[in-house]
Amino acid sequence: MKQAYVGVAILFLVGLLTSGMFLLLSHLASAYRPTKVKAMPYESGINPLGDTRERYSVKFYIVAMLFIVFDIETIFFIPWAVIFRDLGLFGLIEMFIFIFVLGVGLAYAWKKGALEWD
Amino acid sequence: MIADFFFVLFAVMAIGGAISMVLARNPVASLLYLVVAFFALSGTFVLLDAHFIAAVNLIVYAGAIMVLFLFVIMLLNLGRSEKVDLRGPLNRIVAITVAGAFFALLFVALSAGSQTEMAGGMGQATVDAMLQSRGAVGVVADPMFRSYLVPFEITSLLLLAAIVGAIVLARRRAP
Amino acid sequence: MEAISGTAFVVATIVKTLVFFVILLLGVALTTYMERKVAGFMQDRSGPNRVGPLGILQVMADGLKFILKEEVTPEAAHKRFFLLAPVLALFPATVLFGVIPLGSPLPTPWGRVDMIVADVPIGFLYVLGIASLAVYGVVMAGWSSNSKYSFLGGLRGSAQMISYEIGLAMSLVPVLMLAGNVEMPVLVSMQQSFAAGPGTYGVWFIFPLLLSGFFFLVSGLAETNRVPFDLPEAEAEIVGGYHTEYSSMKFGMFFLGEYFHLITTGALISVFFLGGWDIPFWRGDNIRVLADGTVIGDPAWWKTLLTMGAFTVKTTLLVVFFMFIRWTIPRFRYDQLMDLGWKVFLPALMLYIMLTAVAVFVLDRAQIVGPAFAGALFGLNLLLMLIFLYLLDRGRLVRGATAKTRAATATEGD
Repeated sequence: MKQAYVGVAILFLVGLLTSGMFLLLSHLASAYRPTKVKAMPYESGINPLGDTRERYSVKFYIVAMLFIVFDIETIFFIPWAVIFRDLGLFGLIEMFIFIFVLGVGLAYAWKKGALEWD
Repeated sequence: MIADFFFVLFAVMAIGGAISMVLARNPVASLLYLVVAFFALSGTFVLLDAHFIAAVNLIVYAGAIMVLFLFVIMLLNLGRSEKVDLRGPLNRIVAITVAGAFFALLFVALSAGSQTEMAGGMGQATVDAMLQSRGAVGVVADPMFRSYLVPFEITSLLLLAAIVGAIVLARRRAP
Repeated sequence: MEAISGTAFVVATIVKTLVFFVILLLGVALTTYMERKVAGFMQDRSGPNRVGPLGILQVMADGLKFILKEEVTPEAAHKRFFLLAPVLALFPATVLFGVIPLGSPLPTPWGRVDMIVADVPIGFLYVLGIASLAVYGVVMAGWSSNSKYSFLGGLRGSAQMISYEIGLAMSLVPVLMLAGNVEMPVLVSMQQSFAAGPGTYGVWFIFPLLLSGFFFLVSGLAETNRVPFDLPEAEAEIVGGYHTEYSSMKFGMFFLGEYFHLITTGALISVFFLGGWDIPFWRGDNIRVLADGTVIGDPAWWKTLLTMGAFTVKTTLLVVFFMFIRWTIPRFRYDQLMDLGWKVFLPALMLYIMLTAVAVFVLDRAQIVGPAFAGALFGLNLLLMLIFLYLLDRGRLVRGATAKTRAATATEGD
């Protein structure tokens, strides 16, 4: 069982080496002529205006929190999907209750306008 | 032998990641160290034959909760080194007491039972046979949807409360 | 035939990993060329045709250019994270393919070698776990650049990716219901038919789970940040999005990561819905390894080559299909994109999972198996697909700009 992860370990190593190699290669081969203007953040050619770290919409924050909830819901779906044919009607009903409760949650979020983007 | 090597590797990664997370001045660096620690924990779970937990740890903690943390760090305009917020002798005493109590608890829990007892007395052969017959997910799914039905259903209520809480908190300051 | 074990297993895994990785890297290079050729074809022009025969060496020229161009690091950037972001973007994309079965088992003198880098017991969950890490590259690039366009792109990208990750995972739940397992090779063999062993369906999952395939395809497109979901890098609005400030190979790594993702998404759709490496209408390639190590079927090296060829053809066709989409469909607006994810896909998928569960339960109770089972599910899916598309098309759920304006003016006019 565990020996299957040998492949994962090797692949991770290969992946990291590839990324590192790309960085190193371009670091060694590329030209460097930094100027003050070149190092400015790109803002369509004009001098940067104001600070970048503006506060942004709380929407993104809500989306991330809703994502956690529904991600966990999905995690529960997966083991259930694997064995639900063994569980029979019992398994069907217990998952329906679960989905219903979270459906109420989604409906609440929808009703409260948490899913609106404008 | 090889398993021992990987256990030490993951243990060093997890503890190193956790310590670096506490010590890092930049919150984003802290967060990345924590992700490293989660990776190492997933590796440890695999070594314990808890394949499903390893995957869930990666998906939920590294992939979802840490993303929220990242959003929060960006939302609060952090990202530059912050001052230490643990000041004054009283705070330090409280912190040391809490940490000491935690370690004492850990010590008691670990010395109470040997490792085999904690694993339910199952040997490696039994675990392998179970994994082979039911699959890594099936092994977890069976007790989850039969013996632990009530906790499972309560989880849905917990998640519902989380949705409501998130929206109420986020909406409060909006006009 | 016994599976390869011991030192030979480790050697075989290293060889496999390197060979597949190099093939994938070449595939990515060719895909970038193909994208430009397909774009040329769609827009009635030639595409690259100067460097080498038919412009095929354009790939080399591009690669050289990436490496030789000047690396610019913006003054305001967080240097460490700025350097780390491309790695965080490329790394998950390169390791995602590790659990995809690429062909039938290969018999060697040392034992049977499965054509998969890592046949981990959590199979599908590995894909989810690694795919969920891809968001770090986008956020980190957007944040560390310290430029407004990058920041906006990073925000948009991360919100979009996490929204569609739910769709990606949930659309696979019906597949897992039918397969009863999360291991990728099992998912493939469930779509083939065998003379012996536990029952399988013998039909590609795209037929009994048509709607599931549709959801997965769209969510997969959104996860790869491609048109019509390329808002994180919408050039007309936010320049280059999260990689605005990146140049040289650092940009190249984002670029390569996107194509790695593209190919992997195509490969995943093939595995989940198009039978993986299965060659249709031929039973000779149907080889399956049961959990206890019994092999059903007759492995041979030429079958491995043929099945890998079949897998490549399926994946390539899907990638070309993605390219056709890119040059056909205009970009979504951001609110439409989020609406589609949260207000359409999420409830629809929850409903669809329940309906599929009921259907499977009823069919099991009626003791319908084999082709009749798949046929009944196909009929149901066709019906649901029609209803779903009808509802979408009425402009009720995802409204176009005109419909929205019309609704707004209608309320104002009262």
